[in-house]
Amino acid sequence: MRGMIDRIDKALLAALCCIVVLLLGGALYSRNFLSLDYLLQQLQVASFLGVIATGVMLVILLGHIDLSIPWVVTTGGMMSTAAAGHGGMAGALAIPFAIGCGLGIGLINGIGVAYLRVPSMIFTLAINAIAQGLMVVHTSGFAPQEHATPAMRFIAVERSILGIPNAVWMWAAIGGCTVVLLRRTTFGRRVYGIGNSERAVFLSRGNVDRVVVACFAIAGACAAFAGVLLAGYSTKAYQAMGDPYLLPAIAAVVLGGTSILGGRGTYLGTVAGVVLVTLLQSILSIVQVPEAARQIIYGAVIILMLLVYGRGQKVVS
Amino acid sequence: MRRDWSYWLSSNRGPLIAAALFVAMFTLFVSKHPAGFSLNIVNTAANKGALLAFVAIAQTIPVLTSGLDLSVGMVFVMANCLASTLVVGRPVEAALGVLVVLVSGLLCGALNGLIVVFGRLQPIIATLATGAIYYGVALWLRPAPGGAVNEGFADFITGSLGNAVPFSIVLLAGAVLLIWIPYRRSVLGRAAFAIGSSEQAAYMSGVPVARAKFLAYVLAGLFAAIAGLLLTGLTYSGEANALLGGSYTLSSIAAVVVGGTSLFGGSGGAIGTIFGAFVLRTIGDLLFVFDLDPLWQPLFLGMVLLISVSLGSFRLLRVKRRVDLYR
Repeated sequence: MRGMIDRIDKALLAALCCIVVLLLGGALYSRNFLSLDYLLQQLQVASFLGVIATGVMLVILLGHIDLSIPWVVTTGGMMSTAAAGHGGMAGALAIPFAIGCGLGIGLINGIGVAYLRVPSMIFTLAINAIAQGLMVVHTSGFAPQEHATPAMRFIAVERSILGIPNAVWMWAAIGGCTVVLLRRTTFGRRVYGIGNSERAVFLSRGNVDRVVVACFAIAGACAAFAGVLLAGYSTKAYQAMGDPYLLPAIAAVVLGGTSILGGRGTYLGTVAGVVLVTLLQSILSIVQVPEAARQIIYGAVIILMLLVYGRGQKVVS
Repeated sequence: MRRDWSYWLSSNRGPLIAAALFVAMFTLFVSKHPAGFSLNIVNTAANKGALLAFVAIAQTIPVLTSGLDLSVGMVFVMANCLASTLVVGRPVEAALGVLVVLVSGLLCGALNGLIVVFGRLQPIIATLATGAIYYGVALWLRPAPGGAVNEGFADFITGSLGNAVPFSIVLLAGAVLLIWIPYRRSVLGRAAFAIGSSEQAAYMSGVPVARAKFLAYVLAGLFAAIAGLLLTGLTYSGEANALLGGSYTLSSIAAVVVGGTSLFGGSGGAIGTIFGAFVLRTIGDLLFVFDLDPLWQPLFLGMVLLISVSLGSFRLLRVKRRVDLYR
């Protein structure tokens, strides 16, 4: 137990160190990096990834993976703007409607993984393809014309309290709930338990299937909500808007010290991972290097950081 | 003798189902095609199928060791870009270029292997990151689509031998006979299956775990590079297309599963994967001959994929104790 706590702290510490190094490195390049405005801007961008990573982390803690994130995010964005297009009552319900769609897709993912016992990687891949198919049919393959509602703009762009972007408050609220869920409830304990040994949780009379379904449902809802935020941020939804978020979300969760095999990881680590990935992307896009070099550096930095603190155990017996 | 047969049938159920499915679908496709059965149709179908089949074989080998290679699609794209700059000019230069492309695939695989085996990172996340690196290299080689590929070479590998057999099929058969079967029978090949079943047991039995895993990723790089060469032959040019790489990576996992290889490792093989890849490609062709609205095609493809991966859950009916369901 003691060793486990030390390990997690090490990952979090290393992630925080990397964040500081990135900020200082950026500051050498331009003074603006340490300005409050830039940092708040980064937090706002990070909050979209953070909301997605919350769901991704829950699923990874179970020892599963959710590859349907890209098109669930897109579904969230498109469904919210579609409801907004109807106006009136439907427009007012745009946000809950989109989250409900994501929740539904997540439920199907969970049922497939928990009850049909299909490996999560391949089942969520198929669901991703179906979500894409549905959205292509819905939009006839074009960019939807509808715009985001004022409420969506409000939660994604505006800064109501203390000058901090509302999106960051949203992320903080979701994050707070997740911490309570993981640390203070039986459900949370079961999530970690399933990641370590499904069989042990089953034999100690925990309902494995229901916990798995719930986690996938939450992941779907989070992804759809991130889609709503993104649609609010750019005032409209567009095809494949979720595609650039799957890999960074998984990378953020793993860089934050969560084991990709499940059963180990903290939410604080994920927060650090999200900030780290966002900063890395931001710095790479500001420093003027060609796109090719940016990709190479991005991949190499993730490998290097993981080599520093994410290594597995050696098989000895 | 009878028992041998039933054993063989049950141990090859996945590949056999995939093969039967492919034969049925392809017969339907050819019979419905307005032009009927002709070399041209077979050749086009073979080229498209072989393209995915090579990427999927690349995916199969790490999966057998209960790993995963999410960079195969990007190695494929990188090999395409490299081939479009090197497989040019006189035949000798082009041949040298082909060799360099294959070696580059081996090197990419070796880097993956080094990181996974000696860096002890989880394959999913390690190959995700190296995939970004290979895509960066592809972009660096070819910032804009283009290239003047040696046309003789391109026409040769996408054409047919003696106007009868598509060359891509010959290439696939060659890869199976010269690489896959010797590998399957070698010590390191058998070690890959053993590691997939239980890495600990394999280690304790003196199986060369590290070398076998390393070789699995190296071979994955090689097969992905062969696919990249084939793509270059089809398009006569190179393009650093991230969407293409991503979709091939994902399709390769689907092909591996449809072909009867377990994602948990330890059982399956390249031959099933080849049929799995051809099944996936024939679905698209069928949608075309049945004149389905192109708008509905992605949805239909997703449905077929979902149904085919859910078929595996029939095994649940055979599970006697519920606890056996859980790992």
